[in-house]
Amino acid sequence: MAKMIDRASGLGAQPSPEFEEQRTRWERRWASRAARRREPGSGATDRTISDLPLKPVYGPEDVAHLDLARDLGFPGEFPYTRGIHSGMYRDRLWTMRQFSGFGNAKQTNERYHFLLSQGQTGLSVAFDMPTLMGYDSDARQARGEVGRCGVAIDSMRDMQVLFDGIDLGQITTSMTINGPAAIALAEYVATAESKGIPRAKLGGTLQADILKEYIAQKEWIFPPRPHVRIIVDMMKFCTAEMPRWNTISISGYHIREAGSTAVQELAFTLADGFAYVEAAMKAGMDVDTFAPRLSFFFNSHIDFFEEICKFRAARRIYARRMRDKYGAKNPQSWTLRFHTQTAGCSATAQQPENNIVRVAYEAMAGVLGGTQSLHTNSMDEVLALPTEKNVEIALRTQQVLAYETNVTNVIDPLGGSYFVEALTDEMEKQAEDYFKRIEEYGGVIEAIEAGFFQHEIADASYSYQRSLESKDRIIVGVNAFEKEEERQEIDLLKIGEEIERGQARAVQEVRGSRDSAKVETALAVLKRACADETRNVMPPLIDSVNALATEGEIVEAMVGVFGRYRETAIF
Amino acid sequence: MPSARPLRVIVAKAGLDGHDRGAKVIARALRDAGMEVIYTGLFQAPEQIVQTAIQEDADGVGLSILSGAHMTLFPDVLEQLKAQGAEDIVFFGGGTIPADDAAELKRLGVREIFTPGAPLSQIIEFVQRECGKRRELVG
Repeated sequence: MAKMIDRASGLGAQPSPEFEEQRTRWERRWASRAARRREPGSGATDRTISDLPLKPVYGPEDVAHLDLARDLGFPGEFPYTRGIHSGMYRDRLWTMRQFSGFGNAKQTNERYHFLLSQGQTGLSVAFDMPTLMGYDSDARQARGEVGRCGVAIDSMRDMQVLFDGIDLGQITTSMTINGPAAIALAEYVATAESKGIPRAKLGGTLQADILKEYIAQKEWIFPPRPHVRIIVDMMKFCTAEMPRWNTISISGYHIREAGSTAVQELAFTLADGFAYVEAAMKAGMDVDTFAPRLSFFFNSHIDFFEEICKFRAARRIYARRMRDKYGAKNPQSWTLRFHTQTAGCSATAQQPENNIVRVAYEAMAGVLGGTQSLHTNSMDEVLALPTEKNVEIALRTQQVLAYETNVTNVIDPLGGSYFVEALTDEMEKQAEDYFKRIEEYGGVIEAIEAGFFQHEIADASYSYQRSLESKDRIIVGVNAFEKEEERQEIDLLKIGEEIERGQARAVQEVRGSRDSAKVETALAVLKRACADETRNVMPPLIDSVNALATEGEIVEAMVGVFGRYRETAIF
Repeated sequence: MPSARPLRVIVAKAGLDGHDRGAKVIARALRDAGMEVIYTGLFQAPEQIVQTAIQEDADGVGLSILSGAHMTLFPDVLEQLKAQGAEDIVFFGGGTIPADDAAELKRLGVREIFTPGAPLSQIIEFVQRECGKRRELVG
């Protein structure tokens, strides 16, 4: 064993003659086997799901160029390849945070109480499409969408109902909203303060990652530049007034779901993160005042080792750039903290029970990759929003992982694996190549405007789909091991049309019951703040939601200043 | 005799749904199968989709919905097709659509609903066959 470790500082060993003999014998045997053709449809492949080449076995020669101190270090030590905390799950398990929201605020509030009673440790709000796109529930554009993908929140009133009976000073809340993120934050602050909880005590995360909306998820409102300015305003506001709040959750999840490869997810997400860092620094903020509260959100797909390597590479790239390129001095500014969600796009509508198994593997990859929090998808999410039963199975999957498998006891147990270290390094290199290409466009916004990311993702997703058609890749129940008679036999959650009608009525009642002069004044002040880059939009936003201006009204006021974004459709 | 002009298909996204992975993959697959494909881009109103189909003299319209609004938006497009006298255009779609809803949409007049996992080859074959029939009838 001692022989395997180079006396210098490398991970690769100086191979002994005996080892070289063993290698030669293995290579000979492999060559004679490889000459035989693999059985078609065996599922074996010599590339990762993202098309990275795989060797049949890895050895010290694959990691000889790596330096133990420079590239691996220890958990809680730069460059954090092995984890951001010195004790990792020995000290504290990840947060089990199931994303949920559907129908109206009252229904979702009931689901939250259920999840908290079952041992969930944080809340995560899913909003419906009209809320995410800045429309009130009675808007023409909202037709058919109210309460379907998440909960409808039209005004601060709904936010109050959503968190009824939940102590916002104790719980942490994650809100997945981007275009109108600043409005949701204002509503959350106003709701807490209406219950007597000061904003400084609020803990949680706002997604507020608008760049990936243009790249992948497509839930934008304004053009990129004013949107990024609003985000910088939020960063300034939170730095000054909400010390426990994570301002942005820079997200690769949606990039992956849109069909990217793992390397693209890694590279585009980190590029977005660095773009926010640069924007905030350009606005005069010291990097160490805001960077400790940036966090990330990644997908955990089904290619087990590739995902683990992606998480490890992400930490290392981030640490290096934050320290060496942006000059951050606080070690907390170097650490990439992330939430993980299992891959919705890996779930299948066919034989949906199999998704439970997929989710378990993906969750384990997230944990072996060192995630700080985790959402496990429910088996029926490919068909509809999940039922309570299926959400419970998903949560139990995390609990089994945490308490039964023992994978939490050793930190970064795959660290030092020839394969894992080599693939981690390869992914870092490929991400760096993407950073160069993005820089050639002039930056992330310019690359978005040129359609660069959108083209890269469309190419990757099309080639992936082709590999399924040709059965180069196998998905159980979809292009192999199909079962004829199976038809969805599981119960699905149905969102009735009465939700839409009820929510439309409720928002109209809010408009009818408030002091409209106060609303007009608040919106006028907000518009002036939008038009003046030296002012911060957050205080007038909080005033507007307190006056019970609806989300749609606030967005319209802001669109009046910033305009709406239109995408050039490409495929 | 198949006509010399390739089949022309609109791939559409309606409502507020930004999930465009499937729509883009289908658009490419139909194009690679030799059809002319027009992708509308996101957030189209049903009347815009039908207008585009008529203006472009399309043989088929494929609508992709993954937001749960399918029971509103598919019937809206059907209604617009009827109102414009364009019911000959082959209207099909796909997305995260439960089996019961898919059956109901077909009963209402949507020609086919493809759900997650449907092979591209099956979609291409459907579009070629049905749009080909429509072309023969309409010329």
